[in-house]
This record gives sequence, C-alpha cells and structure tokens, in this order.
Amino acid sequence: MGDATIPGAAVAIERTGAGARVVLSGDLSLVGVETIFTRLGEITGPGPIVVDGTGVSAFDTSGAWAIATLRRRLAAEGVEVRIEGLAPARAGLLETVEKSLPPDPVAPPATNGLIRWLEAFGTDVVTAWSTFTELLGLFGAVIVRVGEAFIHPSRLRFTSIVFHMQSAGLAAVPIASLMAFLIGVVLAYMGAVQLRQFGAEIFVVDLIAIAVLRELGILLTAIIVAGRSASAFTASIGSMKMREEIDAMRTLGLDPIRILVVPRVLALLIVLPLLGVVADLTGLLGGGVMAWLTLGVSPEMFIERLSDNIPVEHYLVGLIKAPFFALVIGLIGCHHGLKVEGNAESLGSLTSSSVVLAIFMVIVLDAIFAIFFATVGL
Amino acid sequence: MRAERPGGAARAEPPAPREAIIEVRGLVNRFGSQVVHNGLDLDVYRGEVLGIVGGSGSGKSVLMRSIVGLNRPTAGSIKVLGVDVLNATEPEIEAVSRRWGVLFQHAALFSSLTVQQNVEAPLREVMHVVAPLRKALARLKISMAGLPPDACGKYPSELSGGMQKRAGLARALALDPAIVFLDEPTAGLDPIGADAFDQLIRELRGSLGLTVFMVTHDLDTLHAVCDRIAVLAHRKVIATGTMADMLKVRDPWVQEYFHGPRARAAMADG
Repeated sequence: MGDATIPGAAVAIERTGAGARVVLSGDLSLVGVETIFTRLGEITGPGPIVVDGTGVSAFDTSGAWAIATLRRRLAAEGVEVRIEGLAPARAGLLETVEKSLPPDPVAPPATNGLIRWLEAFGTDVVTAWSTFTELLGLFGAVIVRVGEAFIHPSRLRFTSIVFHMQSAGLAAVPIASLMAFLIGVVLAYMGAVQLRQFGAEIFVVDLIAIAVLRELGILLTAIIVAGRSASAFTASIGSMKMREEIDAMRTLGLDPIRILVVPRVLALLIVLPLLGVVADLTGLLGGGVMAWLTLGVSPEMFIERLSDNIPVEHYLVGLIKAPFFALVIGLIGCHHGLKVEGNAESLGSLTSSSVVLAIFMVIVLDAIFAIFFATVGL
Repeated sequence: MRAERPGGAARAEPPAPREAIIEVRGLVNRFGSQVVHNGLDLDVYRGEVLGIVGGSGSGKSVLMRSIVGLNRPTAGSIKVLGVDVLNATEPEIEAVSRRWGVLFQHAALFSSLTVQQNVEAPLREVMHVVAPLRKALARLKISMAGLPPDACGKYPSELSGGMQKRAGLARALALDPAIVFLDEPTAGLDPIGADAFDQLIRELRGSLGLTVFMVTHDLDTLHAVCDRIAVLAHRKVIATGTMADMLKVRDPWVQEYFHGPRARAAMADG
C-alpha cells in the first residue's frame, strides 16, 4: 500500500476496516493511465471499494476505461465499487464508456508448433494445386476466346494487342539486346581462356553459337520479359480488380478474359519469339566482337565457321520454346492479377509472386524441353 | 424520423464564452489559375458541431485539408488550439495534430491492417502505448463507434461502407482528440445508417466533449447534429449561423439549398 510516486497519474490505496479507498490523482489521460493501469489491476477485495477521483486533473476515455475495467473485474468477484468525486461531465463519460465497454476477448486455444506447421504446409499444398487448376482453367478460357476470334475476327481487340506488343515487346528490345550482347561477351571470354589451352580457339564460335541460339538467348529474354511483363500484367489487372472495375465489366456484359487477358497473352505470344531473334543476333554479335578482340577470330572467319558448322536446328530448337514461355508468363501474370482482393497488401504480394512463379515456370519448362530434345536427338 | 434530439436546447444558444478553437483568417488557396479560396475567414468554437456546406468544387475539402496541414495555402493564417499551424515548428505541429482526428470521405483505413490494428496504429506509432492497454483501448474505441466486437479482427474490405466509416471514426478518436474533422460522414450510407451515424456523432460529442468540423451535403445531418452551419460560396464563407438563420440568408444559392424540397423534408421531420 502507499503512494505510487510516478509522474503523471498516482494511485493511493488505503485499507479501511472492511473495504478500501482508492484515491486517484493527477493526469488520468492516455499518458497517465499507462503508468497506473497495472497497479489498478492488483486491487482486490474485500469490498466495498470506494474510488475517489477528486484529485484527478485530466480525464479522458483512457481514464474512464481504467475505472470501468476495475469496476467490472471486481463486480465479477462480487465486490462493490463506488465512484466519488468525479465532475458530472467526467461521470457522464465514464457512464458512456461503461455502456460500450466490450467483453474481454477470448484467447484463441493454443496449438503446438508442429500442428501449426502442418496446417500451413497443407494450406500451401492446397493453394499450389488450386493455382495450377485455375491456370489450366484460364488457359482453356483463353483458347475458347481465341477460337471464337477465328470465326468472328472482329472480336479480337487489335488496338489492345498492338499496345501490349509495344509495351511488353518493343520497349523491352534495348534491355533484352544489351543483356544478350553481354552474355555473348562473357561466353567468348570464358571460352577463349579455356580453348586457348588446347589451341582450339576457333571452337569458340561453336560454343557461342550453340549456347546463345539453343539456350541462353531465349531463356534470358523470357526471364527478363517475365520480370517486366508478368508484374505489369498483375499490377494493372490487379488494381482494376481492387477498384471493382472487373466487376463493373462483368455487369456490363463485357468479358474480362476477352478484353484483358487475351490481348496480353496474344501480344506476348507474338513478341517473345521476335525478342528471342533480337537476343540471338545481339548475343552472336557480342560473342563475335569479343572473339575478334581476344582471339583474333576475324568477322569473316566467324561468319564462315557459323554457316559451315552450326546447323540451323540449334536456332530453331531455341526459338520453338519462345511461344511456350510467352504463354506461361502471360497466363501467370493475368491469373495473379485476377486473384487480387480488396487490399493493397494482396496486390503487392501477388505481383511479386507472379514474377517469381513466372520465372520459375520458364526455367522448369526449359529443363523439360532440354530433356525432350535430347531424347528425340535434336 | 429524427424526432428526439437531446441537447436541442443547448444548440439554440451555444456555450456562453465562445472560445475559438480554430481561427482561419484571410485564407487564399490557388491552384494554377484557379482560385478556390480568396480571403476566407472562419471561426470554430469549442464544443460545437459546425457543418460546412457548399456546392461541388466550392473548396470544402480543400478548407479541411488546409486546416489539418495536408494542403499548404497560398496565403492567410490558420490557428488551431492557439497554434499558428502554418508557421509552427515541427514539434508544435506534432503536438497539435495529436489533438485532432480526421475521418476521410472513404474512411481511408489501412487496407492491409485489421480494424483493431487500424485503431491501434496511432496509439502504437504516436503515443507508444504498451500492448495490453493499447489493445484494450482500441477495442473500447471500436465498441464506442458502434461496431460489434467481432469486427475487430476483420479487414476493411470485409466491412460494409457504414462499418468502414465507423471504423474510421474509431481510428480518428483513438487519441481522444479535442477536434474531429469529418469529411462527408454520411455520404454513401443508407438513411438508417446515416441516422445512426448522426446519433453516434451527437452522443460522442456530448460524452467526449468534442468539437466537430463536418463537411456534409446531408441536410438531415445538418439539421440533426449541427449547432452552426457555414456556407462556402464565391470563394468565401458567405454565411454562418443556425439552420433558422440560413433560411433568412438572401444569397440565391443558399436560398435554393435551404428552401429546396429536400431541405423542406428534412425540416418537416424535425
């Protein structure tokens, strides 16, 4: 018992015969209540308990909350609490607060860590499976729309397709070609160091050509496009979803898949192979320049070796993958956009997960293609 | 419909010493060539509910945003609780901004936080209140704003428009402000919800001793809760006074606003 000598608010508890007298003083607003509310929690019966608020200088809902919870807790124990010395306005506030004091929250039952982990893991598995089936569903829906477009070409939105070809394709040409050029340079440089040991410098042309044409040109282009366009698709469709624009479309009888998804997917299907060609060319250029500078392989030698020794299959094997990558990137970007819910958090997390999933799926597809082409002997 | 109105008598004659809690003098707001306010004067007195009306584009929201520091006026002076908010130091502004709460038109709840976390946010980030007290006070404010306890764990997108406004009000009241700014609090609510919100504002004003600065178009709200009305037109406050005073103002816009069929209906109910 005794005074709590903390600046702000103070509680003094005086035991009087049967009950107790709780004298509150000082600043009983948010700042002061923080200093005394644990102390008020220690007050117990037997009652009756009188709370004296004569010396209270400031009083707001926090102060009223402190008294109201004290009174409710003690009332549950059968102890009567009387309030004295509160100005009428403050007593009124206390009454309002007591009226709307919410019931104590029920703590959720404790679960152990293993169960929580299993639950989270199960949720992830189910989510992954449903994402997969939804993607297949979206793919089917896009095929249906494209099929319709063969019968009614006017249903294709050419303006929209061209717009997305520009933003996803043409605008990506500088970054895709720079990247391919540098990859060519790296391959030539690394190849030169190794091949010079055997006096087999000329094979650097084969190395660059096969690596760039077959794998790296198109794979890295697809990864860059996945980073640029999957996120852009998710963000733009997602923010439309957030502001109920997609719902508005549906009520107007407009089909969001035909209007939003099909143009994006088709645009990517057209531009990704073209970007792949650009990347192949600049990759060879980068390799050629580096081979000339470090190994003295002249451009004429490079081109001659290229046309004599590298069959065109390498180029075709690389390029045939492009439409598949485009499809995966476009579908994932649009699908994640359509999954966005009403809050900013979900837009952010779905945008980042669409990029990650698109890149991941591009690499998985590439691995599958590598096994396939090795099996059929190409 | 809005038959009983406790405190109706008090509204007729506002508290005797009229202490101006907000003083706006010579406010000028110009955006490019568009002049929104030109020499606007306005006083808001302690403990009153002031309703701001005006046509679309008359600068009601800009006025509110200027007072709470979201928009820097071109010229003029604004004093809130005795602090010249346009020339005050950072700590002074912080101190005074703790004493007002703002309910935006679309509630502006943080969409990635639950209702309870929204209300806790100012308690946590501004006042650094310890967790158990913070949670309890947040739940109290949510309950005082008339939301059921199970709303605490919900996200704003899971709430109806009226409940979002209530949650926004709970957040505005989190720090026990002296002044509450309400931007179109009943817009988009059904009449029953709007009535309930009016009543909530009236009750909270009474028990928390709030001063309320309310931008509204809702004639029912103006009639039911506002002590005074200020009319914004011609880039100025052209009239202030009670609902009865408004009926005598000669300005054509004011005449049309307060003598239109909707106004008559709102008044007939009272």
